[in-house]
Amino acid sequence: MRLLEKVFLKSLWVFHLATGSCNNCDIEILDCLTPRHDIERFGMLLTGSIKHADVLMVTGAVNRQCIPRIKRVYEQMPKPRLVVAIGECALSRGVFMQSYNCPMPLDHVIPVDVYIPGCPPRPEAIMAGLLKLIERRKENRAETGRENDSR
Amino acid sequence: MTYLLYVFLLGFLLTAVIGFLASWFDRKLTARLQYRIGPPLLQPLYDFLKLLEKETLIPKASSQFTFVSAPLVGLISAITVSAILWASNMDPQKTFIGDLIVVIYLFLVPSISIVLGGFASGNPLASLGASRELKLLLSYELPFILAILVAVIKSDFSLRLGEILLAQAKNGMVAVSWSGGLAMLIAVICMQGKLALVPFDTPEAETEIAHGVMIEYSGALLAAYHLMKNMMLFALPFFIIIVYLGGLKVKGLPLLYGMLEYVGLVAFLTLIRNTNPRFRTEQVLKFFWGPVTMLAAVAVGLALGDY
Ligand code: SF4
Repeated sequence: MRLLEKVFLKSLWVFHLATGSCNNCDIEILDCLTPRHDIERFGMLLTGSIKHADVLMVTGAVNRQCIPRIKRVYEQMPKPRLVVAIGECALSRGVFMQSYNCPMPLDHVIPVDVYIPGCPPRPEAIMAGLLKLIERRKENRAETGRENDSR
Repeated sequence: MTYLLYVFLLGFLLTAVIGFLASWFDRKLTARLQYRIGPPLLQPLYDFLKLLEKETLIPKASSQFTFVSAPLVGLISAITVSAILWASNMDPQKTFIGDLIVVIYLFLVPSISIVLGGFASGNPLASLGASRELKLLLSYELPFILAILVAVIKSDFSLRLGEILLAQAKNGMVAVSWSGGLAMLIAVICMQGKLALVPFDTPEAETEIAHGVMIEYSGALLAAYHLMKNMMLFALPFFIIIVYLGGLKVKGLPLLYGMLEYVGLVAFLTLIRNTNPRFRTEQVLKFFWGPVTMLAAVAVGLALGDY
């Protein structure tokens, strides 16, 4: 099992879900794939199908229309699965805090593993967040001597 | 025993290892061409192991038996075809009559398994991808067979891979003649289609139909498809080396030469993949049935006229 966990962290395939973002965070995610940043060197790939994904990257304020859909996408993800919230909107609804259409932040809808703040966060910040996620999973395992709860 | 040895050691293990390395080479070269750094050496292996470990979801709307068995059928035929190729490469005297035809059929099965899996998964995008894969199959098969016909003509109408190899050992490679060179070029283009790499990747087309046929596959079944594709990335160029370049010698300096030929073929595929946009479905059909088939017919004519 240890070997498999190691392998899992070396090949995280990310899926990108925009839940009513202003599109700026999405552009920053795409920046991570460009020559300057290139997350493929950590073994990460952007996939087009949720069933291939290991990491769900969510951007944008969660609006009423999106809540059931986020849940459905999350449930379709094969385990083990990780969720990353990107941008102030996904973290705390940002400027849409008082909006009639954004009843709750993302982590009230699905469990979130890493929060990456910024409006929008820089691609370096997104990469740092992803690497911290990997580090933390490694450390957790070393401390408790068991697998992380694979949700 | 020897058969088991061929199927398991050469057909499965060695082919899978070379396939993983080739897949890494393809991704690394792609990355370097785009001024990126690219994945580490063992990345395809990591991906494969990770997919094995992940949960496998089988959609409710799918026809479950076909959905599960399609990738396995494709994988088994990829193993079989590589075993036959290795066997005839190692021991050209001992091959059976008509193994060329068997190989051509077995090369079809992985594509058909993708079509079956796509249709069985009960997803509209996957069905769309599967129907595109069928059209792709119809388009490249004719010129591919015509191109192989050239090698058959060159070796006195023999349908045995072994005799094609022996004839090349006697008269020199097929590829150095006019007709042979042309036929090899056509076979390489058809190989690009068979592997569904970029100008012909209509069935997968991440940007329009989100991986198409693969969309519902996850976990171990997706791993089987990945393994199958990596093995085909070795088996198809290997077939071309056998038919046109006199086979892979396994001793001394010629081995190095054969490896260079293989790496060159994969690099050529990657170059085409990175410098071309995707064709539309009907453009693929027009391209293969128009100029490519025409050229293949010319190559067959040249071969009959002994050029
Ligand atoms: S965090 Fe800022 S940049 Fe990102 S979606 Fe929200 S408003 Fe746009």
